[in-house]
Amino acid sequence: MSKAGVVRSAPDPESAPVPGGQWPRAIYDILKAFDVRHMSYVPDAGHSTLIKLLNADPEVTSNVLTTEEEGVAIAAGAWLGGQRSVLLMQSSGVGNCINMLSLPVIARFPLLMLVTMRGEWSEFNPWQVPMGRATQPALEAIGVRVMRADAASDVIETVESAATLAYGADQQIAVLIGQRLLGKKKW
Amino acid sequence: MTSSPNPAFALSRRDAVKALLADRKDTLVVTGLGSASYDVHAAGDRDDNYYLWGAMGAAALVGLGLAQAQPKKTVLVVTGDGEQLMAFGSLATIAVAKARNLVIAVIDNGHFGETGMQTSHTGRGLNFADVAASCGFAHTATLTRIEEVKDLARGLGGAAEGPSLFVIKVATENPPRSLPPRDAIFIKNRFRASLDLAPS
Repeated sequence: MSKAGVVRSAPDPESAPVPGGQWPRAIYDILKAFDVRHMSYVPDAGHSTLIKLLNADPEVTSNVLTTEEEGVAIAAGAWLGGQRSVLLMQSSGVGNCINMLSLPVIARFPLLMLVTMRGEWSEFNPWQVPMGRATQPALEAIGVRVMRADAASDVIETVESAATLAYGADQQIAVLIGQRLLGKKKW
Repeated sequence: MTSSPNPAFALSRRDAVKALLADRKDTLVVTGLGSASYDVHAAGDRDDNYYLWGAMGAAALVGLGLAQAQPKKTVLVVTGDGEQLMAFGSLATIAVAKARNLVIAVIDNGHFGETGMQTSHTGRGLNFADVAASCGFAHTATLTRIEEVKDLARGLGGAAEGPSLFVIKVATENPPRSLPPRDAIFIKNRFRASLDLAPS
Protein backbone atom coordinates (compact mmCIF):
# COMPACT_ATOMS: atom_id res chain seq x y z
CA MET A 1 0.00 0.00 0.00
CA SER A 2 1.71 3.16 -1.13
CA LYS A 3 1.96 6.22 1.03
CA ALA A 4 0.62 8.29 -1.83
CA GLY A 5 -2.48 6.10 -1.99
CA VAL A 6 -3.12 6.46 1.71
CA VAL A 7 -3.44 10.19 2.02
CA ARG A 8 -5.70 11.71 -0.57
CA SER A 9 -7.34 14.70 0.98
CA ALA A 10 -5.61 14.97 4.36
CA PRO A 11 -2.30 16.85 4.46
CA ASP A 12 0.83 14.81 3.79
CA PRO A 13 1.87 13.46 7.20
CA GLU A 14 5.51 13.51 6.18
CA SER A 15 5.58 17.26 5.75
CA ALA A 16 2.78 18.60 7.90
CA PRO A 17 1.59 17.31 11.26
CA VAL A 18 -2.08 16.36 11.18
CA PRO A 19 -4.01 18.89 13.23
CA GLY A 20 -5.99 17.44 16.14
CA GLY A 21 -9.28 17.76 14.31
CA GLN A 22 -8.05 16.02 11.15
CA TRP A 23 -7.09 12.57 12.38
CA PRO A 24 -10.55 11.00 11.81
CA ARG A 25 -10.29 12.07 8.17
CA ALA A 26 -6.81 10.57 8.00
CA ILE A 27 -8.15 7.25 9.34
CA TYR A 28 -10.94 7.37 6.76
CA ASP A 29 -8.40 7.84 3.98
CA ILE A 30 -6.33 4.91 5.25
CA LEU A 31 -9.40 2.65 5.36
CA LYS A 32 -10.28 3.66 1.81
CA ALA A 33 -6.74 2.99 0.64
CA PHE A 34 -6.97 -0.49 2.19
CA ASP A 35 -10.24 -1.11 0.30
CA VAL A 36 -12.31 -1.39 3.46
CA ARG A 37 -15.92 -1.29 2.29
CA HIS A 38 -17.70 -2.56 5.34
CA MET A 39 -17.95 -1.21 8.88
CA SER A 40 -19.86 -1.67 12.13
CA TYR A 41 -20.06 0.63 15.11
CA VAL A 42 -21.45 1.47 18.46
CA PRO A 43 -21.31 5.27 18.53
CA ASP A 44 -18.75 7.18 20.54
CA ALA A 45 -18.21 10.92 20.58
CA GLY A 46 -14.55 10.32 19.71
CA HIS A 47 -15.56 8.43 16.57
CA SER A 48 -18.36 10.73 15.47
CA THR A 49 -16.49 12.30 12.54
CA LEU A 50 -15.23 8.95 11.24
CA ILE A 51 -18.72 7.43 11.57
CA LYS A 52 -20.17 10.36 9.59
CA LEU A 53 -17.58 9.95 6.84
CA LEU A 54 -18.12 6.20 6.54
CA ASN A 55 -21.92 6.47 6.74
CA ALA A 56 -21.90 9.04 3.95
CA ASP A 57 -19.74 6.89 1.66
CA PRO A 58 -21.92 4.98 -0.83
CA GLU A 59 -19.13 2.41 -1.29
CA VAL A 60 -19.23 1.46 2.40
CA THR A 61 -21.84 -0.78 4.04
CA SER A 62 -22.44 0.45 7.60
CA ASN A 63 -24.05 -1.38 10.50
CA VAL A 64 -25.15 0.26 13.72
CA LEU A 65 -24.96 -2.31 16.52
CA THR A 66 -26.89 -2.85 19.72
CA THR A 67 -23.73 -4.15 21.42
CA GLU A 68 -20.13 -4.27 20.32
CA GLU A 69 -19.61 -8.04 20.07
CA GLU A 70 -22.10 -8.13 17.23
CA GLY A 71 -19.53 -6.34 15.11
CA VAL A 72 -16.87 -8.98 15.77
CA ALA A 73 -19.13 -11.64 14.27
CA ILE A 74 -20.28 -9.40 11.41
CA ALA A 75 -16.66 -8.69 10.45
CA ALA A 76 -15.95 -12.42 10.32
CA GLY A 77 -18.94 -12.95 8.06
CA ALA A 78 -17.86 -10.13 5.76
CA TRP A 79 -14.43 -11.71 5.39
CA LEU A 80 -15.99 -15.11 4.66
CA GLY A 81 -17.67 -13.32 1.78
CA GLY A 82 -14.51 -11.53 0.65
CA GLN A 83 -14.83 -8.10 2.23
CA ARG A 84 -12.62 -6.23 4.66
CA SER A 85 -14.48 -4.78 7.62
CA VAL A 86 -13.59 -2.35 10.39
CA LEU A 87 -15.16 -2.15 13.85
CA LEU A 88 -15.49 1.12 15.79
CA MET A 89 -16.26 1.34 19.49
CA GLN A 90 -15.46 2.97 22.80
CA SER A 91 -13.25 1.21 25.36
CA SER A 92 -16.27 0.28 27.51
CA GLY A 93 -17.47 -1.87 24.62
CA VAL A 94 -14.32 -3.98 24.61
CA GLY A 95 -15.59 -5.76 27.70
CA ASN A 96 -18.68 -6.84 25.78
CA CYS A 97 -16.57 -8.43 23.05
CA ILE A 98 -14.38 -10.89 24.89
CA ASN A 99 -16.02 -14.27 24.22
CA MET A 100 -16.97 -13.29 20.67
CA LEU A 101 -13.30 -12.58 19.98
CA SER A 102 -12.80 -16.36 20.22
CA LEU A 103 -14.09 -16.44 16.64
CA PRO A 104 -11.47 -14.27 14.88
CA VAL A 105 -8.72 -15.49 17.20
CA ILE A 106 -9.27 -19.22 16.64
CA ALA A 107 -10.29 -18.93 12.97
CA ARG A 108 -7.60 -16.33 12.17
CA PHE A 109 -10.03 -13.82 10.70
CA PRO A 110 -8.55 -10.41 9.93
CA LEU A 111 -9.91 -7.98 12.53
CA LEU A 112 -9.30 -4.25 12.89
CA MET A 113 -10.90 -2.63 15.91
CA LEU A 114 -10.53 1.13 16.41
CA VAL A 115 -11.20 1.84 20.06
CA THR A 116 -11.55 5.32 21.53
CA MET A 117 -10.42 5.34 25.15
CA ARG A 118 -12.29 6.52 28.21
CA GLY A 119 -11.32 6.35 31.86
CA GLU A 120 -7.63 7.10 31.50
CA TRP A 121 -6.91 10.82 30.89
CA SER A 122 -8.82 13.80 32.28
CA GLU A 123 -11.75 11.48 32.96
CA PHE A 124 -14.50 13.02 35.06
CA ASN A 125 -16.75 9.94 35.27
CA PRO A 126 -15.54 7.30 37.75
CA TRP A 127 -17.74 4.67 36.10
CA GLN A 128 -15.50 4.77 33.03
CA VAL A 129 -12.37 3.98 34.98
CA PRO A 130 -12.62 0.21 35.62
CA MET A 131 -13.18 -0.78 31.98
CA GLY A 132 -10.68 1.81 30.81
CA ARG A 133 -8.10 0.11 33.01
CA ALA A 134 -9.14 -3.37 31.82
CA THR A 135 -9.30 -2.62 28.09
CA GLN A 136 -5.75 -3.48 27.07
CA PRO A 137 -5.21 -6.47 29.41
CA ALA A 138 -8.60 -7.94 28.46
CA LEU A 139 -7.83 -7.71 24.74
CA GLU A 140 -4.40 -9.21 25.23
CA ALA A 141 -5.76 -11.99 27.42
CA ILE A 142 -8.08 -13.22 24.65
CA GLY A 143 -5.31 -12.96 22.04
CA VAL A 144 -5.87 -9.60 20.34
CA ARG A 145 -2.78 -7.49 19.71
CA VAL A 146 -3.00 -3.94 21.02
CA MET A 147 -1.42 -0.86 19.45
CA ARG A 148 -1.81 2.63 20.86
CA ALA A 149 -2.05 6.09 19.33
CA ASP A 150 -1.76 8.85 21.92
CA ALA A 151 -0.92 11.81 19.70
CA ALA A 152 -2.38 12.99 16.41
CA SER A 153 1.01 12.50 14.78
CA ASP A 154 0.89 8.77 15.76
CA VAL A 155 -2.52 8.03 14.37
CA ILE A 156 -1.69 7.64 10.70
CA GLU A 157 1.31 5.36 11.12
CA THR A 158 -0.37 3.32 13.81
CA VAL A 159 -3.63 2.74 11.94
CA GLU A 160 -1.76 2.04 8.71
CA SER A 161 0.44 -0.50 10.45
CA ALA A 162 -2.56 -2.06 12.20
CA ALA A 163 -4.48 -2.32 8.91
CA THR A 164 -1.50 -4.02 7.26
CA LEU A 165 -1.24 -6.52 10.12
CA ALA A 166 -4.97 -7.19 10.10
CA TYR A 167 -5.71 -7.42 6.38
CA GLY A 168 -2.28 -8.49 5.19
CA ALA A 169 -1.17 -10.83 7.96
CA ASP A 170 -4.59 -12.08 9.16
CA GLN A 171 -4.05 -10.71 12.65
CA GLN A 172 -6.58 -9.48 15.19
CA ILE A 173 -5.61 -5.93 16.08
CA ALA A 174 -7.10 -3.26 18.30
CA VAL A 175 -5.86 0.31 17.99
CA LEU A 176 -6.52 2.19 21.21
CA ILE A 177 -6.91 5.89 20.48
CA GLY A 178 -5.84 7.62 23.67
CA GLN A 179 -8.17 9.87 25.60
CA ARG A 180 -5.43 12.48 25.68
CA LEU A 181 -5.79 12.75 21.92
CA LEU A 182 -9.58 12.86 22.06
CA GLY A 183 -9.66 15.64 24.62
CA LYS A 184 -12.03 16.20 27.49
CA LYS A 185 -15.66 15.31 26.93
CA LYS A 186 -17.66 18.51 26.67
CA TRP A 187 -20.99 18.88 28.48
CA MET B 1 -36.36 -32.65 33.26
CA THR B 2 -38.25 -31.86 30.11
CA SER B 3 -41.79 -30.58 30.27
CA SER B 4 -44.75 -32.70 29.18
CA PRO B 5 -45.00 -33.38 25.43
CA ASN B 6 -46.27 -30.38 23.53
CA PRO B 7 -47.84 -31.07 20.12
CA ALA B 8 -46.29 -27.84 18.81
CA PHE B 9 -42.83 -29.38 19.31
CA ALA B 10 -43.26 -32.58 17.30
CA LEU B 11 -40.90 -32.51 14.31
CA SER B 12 -37.69 -34.49 14.29
CA ARG B 13 -34.92 -31.88 14.10
CA ARG B 14 -32.85 -33.99 11.70
CA ASP B 15 -35.81 -34.47 9.36
CA ALA B 16 -36.63 -30.77 9.53
CA VAL B 17 -33.10 -29.56 8.77
CA LYS B 18 -32.66 -32.14 6.02
CA ALA B 19 -35.88 -30.92 4.42
CA LEU B 20 -34.84 -27.30 4.86
CA LEU B 21 -31.57 -27.92 2.97
CA ALA B 22 -32.91 -30.35 0.38
CA ASP B 23 -33.21 -27.79 -2.41
CA ARG B 24 -30.66 -25.19 -1.32
CA LYS B 25 -28.72 -24.95 -4.61
CA ASP B 26 -26.02 -22.30 -4.06
CA THR B 27 -27.43 -21.00 -0.78
CA LEU B 28 -24.61 -20.30 1.69
CA VAL B 29 -25.19 -21.80 5.14
CA VAL B 30 -23.93 -20.64 8.54
CA THR B 31 -24.66 -22.81 11.58
CA GLY B 32 -24.88 -21.92 15.26
CA LEU B 33 -22.92 -23.93 17.78
CA GLY B 34 -24.37 -27.15 19.14
CA SER B 35 -27.15 -29.22 17.66
CA ALA B 36 -27.74 -26.92 14.68
CA SER B 37 -24.18 -27.55 13.49
CA TYR B 38 -24.65 -31.32 13.92
CA ASP B 39 -28.00 -31.25 12.12
CA VAL B 40 -26.58 -29.41 9.10
CA HIS B 41 -23.54 -31.70 9.01
CA ALA B 42 -25.81 -34.75 9.21
CA ALA B 43 -27.75 -33.45 6.20
CA GLY B 44 -24.50 -33.51 4.18
CA ASP B 45 -21.15 -31.80 4.65
CA ARG B 46 -20.45 -29.11 2.07
CA ASP B 47 -17.69 -26.61 1.41
CA ASP B 48 -20.21 -23.77 1.51
CA ASN B 49 -21.27 -24.61 5.06
CA TYR B 50 -19.70 -22.45 7.76
CA TYR B 51 -19.96 -24.25 11.09
CA LEU B 52 -19.52 -22.45 14.39
CA TRP B 53 -18.28 -24.43 17.38
CA GLY B 54 -18.24 -21.54 19.83
CA ALA B 55 -18.72 -17.76 20.00
CA MET B 56 -22.31 -18.29 21.11
CA GLY B 57 -24.57 -15.69 19.54
CA ALA B 58 -22.43 -15.27 16.43
CA ALA B 59 -24.42 -17.24 13.87
CA ALA B 60 -27.01 -14.70 12.71
CA LEU B 61 -24.39 -11.93 12.70
CA VAL B 62 -21.83 -13.91 10.72
CA GLY B 63 -24.74 -14.47 8.37
CA LEU B 64 -25.38 -10.73 8.16
CA GLY B 65 -21.76 -9.87 7.33
CA LEU B 66 -21.67 -12.65 4.74
CA ALA B 67 -24.98 -11.57 3.21
CA GLN B 68 -23.70 -7.99 2.89
CA ALA B 69 -20.46 -9.13 1.28
CA GLN B 70 -22.26 -11.54 -1.09
CA PRO B 71 -25.44 -9.68 -2.04
CA LYS B 72 -26.17 -11.98 -4.99
CA LYS B 73 -26.27 -15.12 -2.85
CA THR B 74 -28.85 -16.20 -0.33
CA VAL B 75 -27.42 -16.77 3.14
CA LEU B 76 -29.26 -19.22 5.42
CA VAL B 77 -28.42 -19.22 9.11
CA VAL B 78 -29.43 -22.42 10.89
CA THR B 79 -29.24 -22.04 14.65
CA GLY B 80 -30.91 -23.08 17.87
CA ASP B 81 -33.18 -21.14 20.18
CA GLY B 82 -30.50 -20.93 22.87
CA GLU B 83 -27.85 -19.64 20.47
CA GLN B 84 -30.20 -17.02 19.07
CA LEU B 85 -31.31 -15.97 22.57
CA MET B 86 -27.72 -14.99 23.30
CA ALA B 87 -27.86 -12.55 20.38
CA PHE B 88 -31.30 -11.13 21.04
CA GLY B 89 -30.20 -7.63 20.01
CA SER B 90 -28.86 -8.97 16.73
CA LEU B 91 -32.43 -9.08 15.44
CA ALA B 92 -32.58 -5.29 15.79
CA THR B 93 -29.21 -4.91 14.06
CA ILE B 94 -30.21 -7.24 11.20
CA ALA B 95 -33.62 -5.61 10.81
CA VAL B 96 -32.19 -2.13 10.36
CA ALA B 97 -29.46 -3.49 8.06
CA LYS B 98 -32.32 -4.66 5.77
CA ALA B 99 -30.33 -7.52 4.24
CA ARG B 100 -32.82 -9.02 1.78
CA ASN B 101 -30.71 -12.09 1.15
CA LEU B 102 -30.52 -13.23 4.78
CA VAL B 103 -32.77 -15.99 6.10
CA ILE B 104 -32.58 -17.15 9.71
CA ALA B 105 -34.01 -20.51 10.69
CA VAL B 106 -34.30 -20.97 14.44
CA ILE B 107 -34.49 -24.70 15.18
CA ASP B 108 -36.53 -24.33 18.33
CA ASN B 109 -36.88 -27.21 20.79
CA GLY B 110 -37.60 -24.85 23.67
CA HIS B 111 -34.57 -26.09 25.58
CA PHE B 112 -30.85 -25.61 26.08
CA GLY B 113 -29.99 -28.99 24.59
CA GLU B 114 -26.20 -28.95 25.03
CA THR B 115 -26.19 -28.25 28.73
CA GLY B 116 -28.71 -30.61 30.28
CA MET B 117 -31.95 -29.77 28.47
CA GLN B 118 -33.07 -26.93 30.72
CA THR B 119 -36.19 -25.12 29.50
CA SER B 120 -35.28 -22.01 27.49
CA HIS B 121 -37.17 -18.75 27.05
CA THR B 122 -38.91 -20.09 23.97
CA GLY B 123 -39.99 -23.12 26.00
CA ARG B 124 -41.51 -20.65 28.42
CA GLY B 125 -43.53 -18.88 25.74
CA LEU B 126 -41.27 -16.43 23.88
CA ASN B 127 -41.75 -16.58 20.12
CA PHE B 128 -38.83 -15.47 17.96
CA ALA B 129 -41.04 -14.94 14.92
CA ASP B 130 -43.01 -12.32 16.86
CA VAL B 131 -39.81 -10.70 18.11
CA ALA B 132 -38.35 -10.56 14.61
CA ALA B 133 -41.59 -9.12 13.20
CA SER B 134 -41.56 -6.41 15.87
CA CYS B 135 -37.97 -5.57 14.97
CA GLY B 136 -38.94 -5.12 11.33
CA PHE B 137 -38.08 -8.39 9.60
CA ALA B 138 -39.90 -8.59 6.29
CA HIS B 139 -40.93 -12.23 6.50
CA THR B 140 -41.54 -14.26 9.66
CA ALA B 141 -43.45 -17.42 10.52
CA THR B 142 -43.55 -20.30 12.96
CA LEU B 143 -43.50 -23.72 11.30
CA THR B 144 -44.62 -26.90 13.04
CA ARG B 145 -45.20 -29.31 10.13
CA ILE B 146 -42.73 -30.84 7.70
CA GLU B 147 -44.81 -29.67 4.70
CA GLU B 148 -44.30 -26.08 5.86
CA VAL B 149 -40.55 -26.64 6.06
CA LYS B 150 -40.54 -28.11 2.55
CA ASP B 151 -42.43 -25.05 1.28
CA LEU B 152 -39.85 -22.79 2.89
CA ALA B 153 -37.04 -24.85 1.35
CA ARG B 154 -38.53 -24.54 -2.12
CA GLY B 155 -38.80 -20.77 -1.73
CA LEU B 156 -35.19 -20.25 -0.62
CA GLY B 157 -33.42 -17.83 -2.91
CA GLY B 158 -36.64 -16.17 -4.02
CA ALA B 159 -37.29 -12.44 -3.89
CA ALA B 160 -37.56 -10.99 -0.40
CA GLU B 161 -38.42 -7.51 0.83
CA GLY B 162 -35.95 -7.75 3.70
CA PRO B 163 -34.49 -10.20 6.19
CA SER B 164 -36.52 -13.30 7.08
CA LEU B 165 -36.78 -15.36 10.24
CA PHE B 166 -38.53 -18.68 10.52
CA VAL B 167 -38.99 -20.60 13.73
CA ILE B 168 -39.09 -24.36 13.17
CA LYS B 169 -40.51 -26.08 16.23
CA VAL B 170 -38.86 -29.44 16.83
CA ALA B 171 -39.07 -32.19 19.45
CA THR B 172 -36.80 -32.24 22.46
CA GLU B 173 -34.32 -34.97 21.57
CA ASN B 174 -30.62 -35.59 21.26
CA PRO B 175 -29.96 -37.50 18.05
CA PRO B 176 -26.49 -39.05 17.59
CA ARG B 177 -23.93 -36.30 17.08
CA SER B 178 -22.69 -35.67 13.56
CA LEU B 179 -19.57 -33.64 14.07
CA PRO B 180 -18.23 -31.12 11.56
CA PRO B 181 -14.47 -30.42 11.51
CA ARG B 182 -13.38 -28.35 14.49
CA ASP B 183 -10.41 -26.69 12.75
CA ALA B 184 -11.77 -23.17 12.35
CA ILE B 185 -9.10 -22.05 9.89
CA PHE B 186 -9.72 -25.05 7.65
CA ILE B 187 -13.47 -24.43 7.64
CA LYS B 188 -12.94 -20.74 6.90
CA ASN B 189 -10.57 -21.32 4.01
CA ARG B 190 -12.65 -24.16 2.59
CA PHE B 191 -15.70 -21.88 2.64
CA ARG B 192 -13.82 -18.99 0.99
CA ALA B 193 -12.42 -21.31 -1.67
CA SER B 194 -15.99 -22.32 -2.55
CA LEU B 195 -16.54 -18.64 -3.42
CA ASP B 196 -13.28 -18.52 -5.41
CA LEU B 197 -11.68 -16.40 -2.70
CA ALA B 198 -8.02 -16.89 -1.72
CA PRO B 199 -7.30 -18.42 1.69
CA SER B 200 -6.19 -15.07 3.06
